[in-house]
Amino acid sequence: MTDALDVTLRLLAVFAAFLVLPLVVGQTEHKVMAHMQGRLGPMYAGGFHGWAQLVADGVKFAQKEDVVPAGADRRVFQLAPAVALLPYLLVLLVIPLGPGDAVGQAIDAGVFFALAVMGVGVLGSLMAGWASANKYSLLGGLRTAAQLLAYELPMLLAAASVAMAAGTVSLTGIAGAFEWWWLPWQIVGAVVFFVAGLAELQRPPFDMPVADSEIIFGAYTEYTGLRFAFFLLAEYAGIVVLCGLTTVLFLGGWHGPFGGDGLGWFWTLLKTAALAFVVIWLRVTYPRLREDQLQKLSWTFLVPLALAQIALTGVVKVVIP
Amino acid sequence: MSHGFLSPTGVEVTFLLVGVVTLGAAVVSVTTRQLVHAALWLVVALGGLAVEYLLLTAEFIAWVQVLIYVGSVVVLLLFGLMLTRAPIGRSPDADSGNRGVALGVAVAAAVALVWLVVDAFRTTWIELDGASAGTTEVTGESLFRHWVLPFEALSVLLLAALVGAIVLSRKRNADVDAASSGKAGAARPAGPSTRTAAGAKAAGRAAAGRAAARPGEQGAADAASGDAGRRAEGGER
Repeated sequence: MTDALDVTLRLLAVFAAFLVLPLVVGQTEHKVMAHMQGRLGPMYAGGFHGWAQLVADGVKFAQKEDVVPAGADRRVFQLAPAVALLPYLLVLLVIPLGPGDAVGQAIDAGVFFALAVMGVGVLGSLMAGWASANKYSLLGGLRTAAQLLAYELPMLLAAASVAMAAGTVSLTGIAGAFEWWWLPWQIVGAVVFFVAGLAELQRPPFDMPVADSEIIFGAYTEYTGLRFAFFLLAEYAGIVVLCGLTTVLFLGGWHGPFGGDGLGWFWTLLKTAALAFVVIWLRVTYPRLREDQLQKLSWTFLVPLALAQIALTGVVKVVIP
Repeated sequence: MSHGFLSPTGVEVTFLLVGVVTLGAAVVSVTTRQLVHAALWLVVALGGLAVEYLLLTAEFIAWVQVLIYVGSVVVLLLFGLMLTRAPIGRSPDADSGNRGVALGVAVAAAVALVWLVVDAFRTTWIELDGASAGTTEVTGESLFRHWVLPFEALSVLLLAALVGAIVLSRKRNADVDAASSGKAGAARPAGPSTRTAAGAKAAGRAAAGRAAARPGEQGAADAASGDAGRRAEGGER
């Protein structure tokens, strides 16, 4: 009985985090972008600095008509937002917040699970791009697929490097084995992982698949109402998941300068939030990469860097057992 | 503990049900007339297979299955479909004259595999309650302790396939360039892909030689080269 209660509580906690954290990131993005561009951002909804803007946006989306284009493939079109959103919920389940069992569901091969399921989320964008019966959507879908194929490899290689360093593929195990000197040792892998993750999420400067000046909004052009909101939510959930994974794999997760294991959750959340800030910062700072630049960056720069990181990890592992 | 087929446990029932779903999805994916739907049903079939692995406690294999097949192979398939032809609705010409042969090969392969598996694992049972037999640690140990040589041989095979693919794609480009520059001295790319440096140089030399020999026929040569370029492009498809 207590087991069932325990599982239920964990699932509820993860679900609550899944509902709240992406919204926090979204609201932060509104505000950070506004201040970096010398303006205020939304200020009215909710009173204090427009904190309820995203809730108001959600209500607006829920009221809008749910349109399916006449020529579209109805079932695939309607299924796509769920396929895009649900994988991130599953990944959130395995990201540890603190040592021991402070995790939704401990999985033996956590790194593989997280990366595999994140890749499935992109299928949602592909389905949306094809099923919309719109050439801009199709182009967006194509670019999404090309981008995923290019950036999956460096992301996996970088994750493999840190798994080699820790001698385990469990997320809790990797964060548990972390020492401070891993940071300089694995820094190249960390950067490759983070950049490849950004590209997989199609966040600026890698937002070629939704480039609004060329193909309107890529795969999501034909979506309205709640289904469109789900795609937006998937993007923010993706930011949370990517930053959480980077924190656990490369920044030591719950290890902090003080407070011990009791404050572990705080350090994890703080590092995740700092990385999310960087994601937003990059969006405001960098122009969009062209498609060929995107591919070139991955194949000629990130993949060799990731391989070099693996070689370095192997050498250090052998020299310092 | 006795093992029997007449008193199945919950896991066994689940295993069978997931197997039925997987089989159904696989059959639909080869019989549907909608190309993209076939690829999406393939996702269901491959995902079902991953669930089967999980039920057999082969956790590592299950996640690798999702990562490689659902995350990469199907994405590559969808990419190819979208790039070439992906109509919404039925494709009347999405049929093959080799149906009978394909069915024969599929049945033969299935019989061989089932025979092999039944013969090899006749009385082997997996204890689902005991220590997991498919964790990353167990898989890695057996892979790198007992099966290192096959593993390395496979990696060499994959490397050979990779190099072969690169050679094939480069050779064809050079051929097309040589053909178009030989016919009409076209100094333009023949085909959607980028040309190799060697091909460009050859074309440049041919164009220079032609310009020196027949300065008066430039316009006609240009028209002809455009035509040849189109023909070469058609030939490449």
